[in-house]
Amino acid sequence: MSSDQSTQTADGRTIGGPIMEVKDISLKFGGVTAIKNISFDINEGEIRAIIGPNGAGKTSMLNVINGFYHPQEGQIVFRGEARTAMRPYVAASQGISRTFQNVALFEGMSTLDNIMAGRTLKMKKNFFWQMLRFGPAEVEEFEHRKVVEEIIDFLEIQAIRKTPVGRLPYGLQKRVELGRALAAEPSLLLLDEPMAGMNVEEKEDMSRFILDVNDQFGTTIALIEHDMGVVMDIADRVVVLDYGQKIADGLPAEVQANQDVIDAYLGVAH
Amino acid sequence: MIYRETGQFKTNYKADNSIFPILQDRIAIIFYLFVAFIVIPAFGSDFFINSMMIPFLIFALAAIGLNILTGFTGQISLGTGAFMGVGAYSCYKLVTIFPDTNVIFLIVISGFFSAAIGMVFGLPSLRIKGFYLVVTTLAAQFFLEWCFIRIEWLYNYNTSGAIEVPRREVFNVIVTGPEAAAVTQYLVVLSIVVAMTWIASNLIHGRIGRSWMMIRDMDIAAELMGVRPLYAKLSAFAVSSFYAGVAGAMMVFMWLGAAEVESFDVNHSFLILFMVIIGGLGSIKGSFLGAAFIWMLPVVLRAFPKALGLDVPVATVEHVNFMIIGGLIIFFLIIEPNGLARIWALLKQKLRVWPFPY
Repeated sequence: MSSDQSTQTADGRTIGGPIMEVKDISLKFGGVTAIKNISFDINEGEIRAIIGPNGAGKTSMLNVINGFYHPQEGQIVFRGEARTAMRPYVAASQGISRTFQNVALFEGMSTLDNIMAGRTLKMKKNFFWQMLRFGPAEVEEFEHRKVVEEIIDFLEIQAIRKTPVGRLPYGLQKRVELGRALAAEPSLLLLDEPMAGMNVEEKEDMSRFILDVNDQFGTTIALIEHDMGVVMDIADRVVVLDYGQKIADGLPAEVQANQDVIDAYLGVAH
Repeated sequence: MIYRETGQFKTNYKADNSIFPILQDRIAIIFYLFVAFIVIPAFGSDFFINSMMIPFLIFALAAIGLNILTGFTGQISLGTGAFMGVGAYSCYKLVTIFPDTNVIFLIVISGFFSAAIGMVFGLPSLRIKGFYLVVTTLAAQFFLEWCFIRIEWLYNYNTSGAIEVPRREVFNVIVTGPEAAAVTQYLVVLSIVVAMTWIASNLIHGRIGRSWMMIRDMDIAAELMGVRPLYAKLSAFAVSSFYAGVAGAMMVFMWLGAAEVESFDVNHSFLILFMVIIGGLGSIKGSFLGAAFIWMLPVVLRAFPKALGLDVPVATVEHVNFMIIGGLIIFFLIIEPNGLARIWALLKQKLRVWPFPY
């Protein structure tokens, strides 16, 4: 990114030019239009929030970005590369990682294995070496284990390393899922309601982790969240969707004062 | 009390990552291997080796194969019997085409034919799941059975339609055929099973096994983590069928001596599936426990009245046998739906913390 586009935030982070541009995306399921002609961009290094009432098309938007849904119109430019539709694993290999609204962990596996799973794309040793499990495959396994242990330390989940994730409480599962997404070392991290169903303390923890990820690793984050307090506190810019259309886009304070947004959330008298 | 891990600290990833992290388990494994390789060949009777140990090991290998597919990758299959048949028939063809080649080598090679066929019948798994996939694997079962009858080339145009194992020697020791000694065959089967179990365990504990389990637990998230469903599912089908194929080839060459299509019918698919379910889905140990339960227990029960000196008609013994086995299956599945391997793990957990409850 050219340096003339980058800006400094008040807390000293550097935000670059757009890493991703969503251009005129429309997505239809049969006769239902989930997303209508939406465009916005995500700058490198920023925390971008996507908000809106239920059914506004926020999760559909994330699904379009990482390839689960293929939009009928529009294109997505990620790091200068334009595309309309792609498979999820291609998105993953380009550095887009995400968490899910309903926790989508691998329930039969331990915390450690779940986070190791996030490193699948980085592991290259072939079937033959995997069969023997000593030599190169083992060396590779331990290199990645080291990275995974760093993530475990970062998220403060050392004690549940070997616990099957199905047995963990909800808040910890969300944290493990964040760890799994981080293990892929993404350049764009999509978080789908990372704080849904959490209590205040868990929300505070999760907010802290999100800010730390952004600050320490410089990861660009796009998140969907319903807790407006959290969004206003941690997001750099906010885009607001309603009924599949974009109704506002800007700094948190601007969005908060926008009459359309207030109407969308509170309703208007007809 | 003896089963404690106090003082066993892990100071590197290698130790932490080992398959048997607890010292007592490592000792136990060495003990089992010692019994299997030395004690049983030295003291086991031909009956014990031939009708208990060899089939137990062969079925355990087939169960590991199915467990890789069903327990680790989550794709249910009812085609195991037929895939065993593919291994057996291709081994038979290989042995007749290359009469001078080491037969043990050919048994392993025949697994590749089975793997190829398994991959072809695994293709529907990319589009369909669960019960619908079961039906397509059932189609594989019936189609392959039909091939074993109709394609006469497979059994060398033998009028009986059966394949008969010829006599083959490896380093001047008779390994297959009617004259082969039970102990020799047992040692061959045991070596192959131990080696392949070790490989299966390695695969499962590495990247490939993880990608299988990712597909099983949450295929959408797996795809997002960079697992390609095509590769993960087809490799599971290939490895699973390879194991079934080698087991099938050994079943004919090392145990039955002759076989026809009935040896690979759908009942065998069910038998292996039951072993996997009762032993424990997603556990290699469970495959052995399941095979032991389903195969060895009836043999033991059958010998029981005689050993007690009771004069019970054979038919009655057989009926009571069915009732006991059926009852035990229900009992075990009610107390622990995850199978014998889970019960085993729970017992170990209890032992670790004994005398405290937790």
